[in-house]
Amino acid sequence: MDQGIIGSIFTVIVFVAFIGVVYWAFTSRNKERFDEAANLVFADEEKDQTNKKNQES
Amino acid sequence: MSEATQVQPDYNYKVVRQFTVMTVIWGIVGMSIGLLIATQLFAPALNFDIPYLTYSRLRPLHTNSVIFAFGGCALFATSYYVVQRTSQVRLFSDKLAAFTFWGWQAVIVLAAITLPLGMTSSKEYAELEWPIDILITLVWVAYIINFFGTMIIRKTSHIYVANWFFGAFMLTVAVLHIGNSMAIPVSFTKSYSLYAGAVDAMMQWWYGHNAVGFFLTAGFLGMMYYFVPKQAGRPVYSYRLSIIHFWALISLYIWAGPHHLHYTALPDWTQSLGMVMSIILFVPSWGGMINGIMTLSGAWHKLRTDPVLRFLIVSLSFYGMSTFEGPMMAIKTVNALSHYTDWTIGHVHSGALGWVAMVSIGSVYHLVPILFGQPKMYSTSLVNVHFWLATIGVVLYIVAMWMSGVLQGLMWRAVNADGTLTYSFVESLEASKPFYVLRAIGGAFVVAGMLIMAFNCYKTIRAPKTADVKTSSVAATA
Repeated sequence: MDQGIIGSIFTVIVFVAFIGVVYWAFTSRNKERFDEAANLVFADEEKDQTNKKNQES
Repeated sequence: MSEATQVQPDYNYKVVRQFTVMTVIWGIVGMSIGLLIATQLFAPALNFDIPYLTYSRLRPLHTNSVIFAFGGCALFATSYYVVQRTSQVRLFSDKLAAFTFWGWQAVIVLAAITLPLGMTSSKEYAELEWPIDILITLVWVAYIINFFGTMIIRKTSHIYVANWFFGAFMLTVAVLHIGNSMAIPVSFTKSYSLYAGAVDAMMQWWYGHNAVGFFLTAGFLGMMYYFVPKQAGRPVYSYRLSIIHFWALISLYIWAGPHHLHYTALPDWTQSLGMVMSIILFVPSWGGMINGIMTLSGAWHKLRTDPVLRFLIVSLSFYGMSTFEGPMMAIKTVNALSHYTDWTIGHVHSGALGWVAMVSIGSVYHLVPILFGQPKMYSTSLVNVHFWLATIGVVLYIVAMWMSGVLQGLMWRAVNADGTLTYSFVESLEASKPFYVLRAIGGAFVVAGMLIMAFNCYKTIRAPKTADVKTSSVAATA
């Protein structure tokens, strides 16, 4: 196997992996967990100040 | 916000406080050195004929102190803060945290001693000699263990995207630092690179560009993904986009280094590969920028009243600008004009002062009241003054360098009909002089803003405690 073949195989692998990441990110099965993850920024304050959150908009 | 800290897990805020305060202090130091050497370029007498104050020795001290002292402390502070709050657990080890703080400060102090003395390995952004390199490695390994250890013991099921960026930054910087710093010591203060010739140059810029890509980008994107949503009070625009942003960015950045070596002894195909990868890099960079800015979608009015948010959002605008400019400059024909000119300096500072510094400053303004048990900063209008000083300063700086750089590039390549050069080098230097003055004025604005920030932070930290934060004992000592 020369370098050209190795390079081609690597390119295909990276391309397939990237398609995999895009599928994983956008499949509706994962929507809920990603929404939950996106709210982790606020999760530790919501524990004790649910009231305050409502006022803040 | 302040009430929230009572019921939360017992976070280790001590190390975050220490790093946050040192971020401000090293920012002032590093940027002041930058201002001094910027003035030396049009008033060389300002080196006072003292060898330790010559441009050649202070320049690496400037880059090291703004990147690794100011930027580094900001990354340590925010990563330790974000990983605790999004994992809802205390840091894995307080001892390792203290070791990283004191170890990192020791590295900075050693750099401030050895670089003016002229001890250097002469590798850009990796000038420090081998004993310091070993200390950096130890601190970094402790940092990685502590950060990943905290993620392992997390109480949440997900690892928030900011932590992915922080983690990638840490692991890659470890690989880069160890790879590029391989050297053969000949004495305690002198070593020679293990690599030779074009390979050494390639190793250097593989390191150098990924210091930009992972230290100055991935780490600060981690900061962006936490502090922008937090300050805006809404989750990130698209979490799905952030996942694609992450994987695309980290898999592409590592290949872009050769664009620093266009038209050199580096093989031609390597240069072209570096150029192509640099151009593709535009896509994830802008994906991330749009994701950050669009987080404000529907809440744009907050920009009018909140200067902290303004810092964060304008930093993203500068990020967008410099990640458009960078791929463009990586094109070989553009690079033929821009390389070795002040355009490069302008590009670096639009990234460093516009993106890295502004996102750090915004994060520090967000953090200081929380860490020191205050409802808000001592003066919001001073934050606003700082914002305008920083913005005007950066714009003056980069506009001056664009003009100077393009002028230099055109003058250097101008040839007469008989093939001789139209201008001597000194003539181009003379043409740049007014722009050097303008650049120094811009730099003075930036430093003035940092001094105001230090005053504002000092007053906030020293203000009487309003909230009963239980871990406030060491508040003022750091």
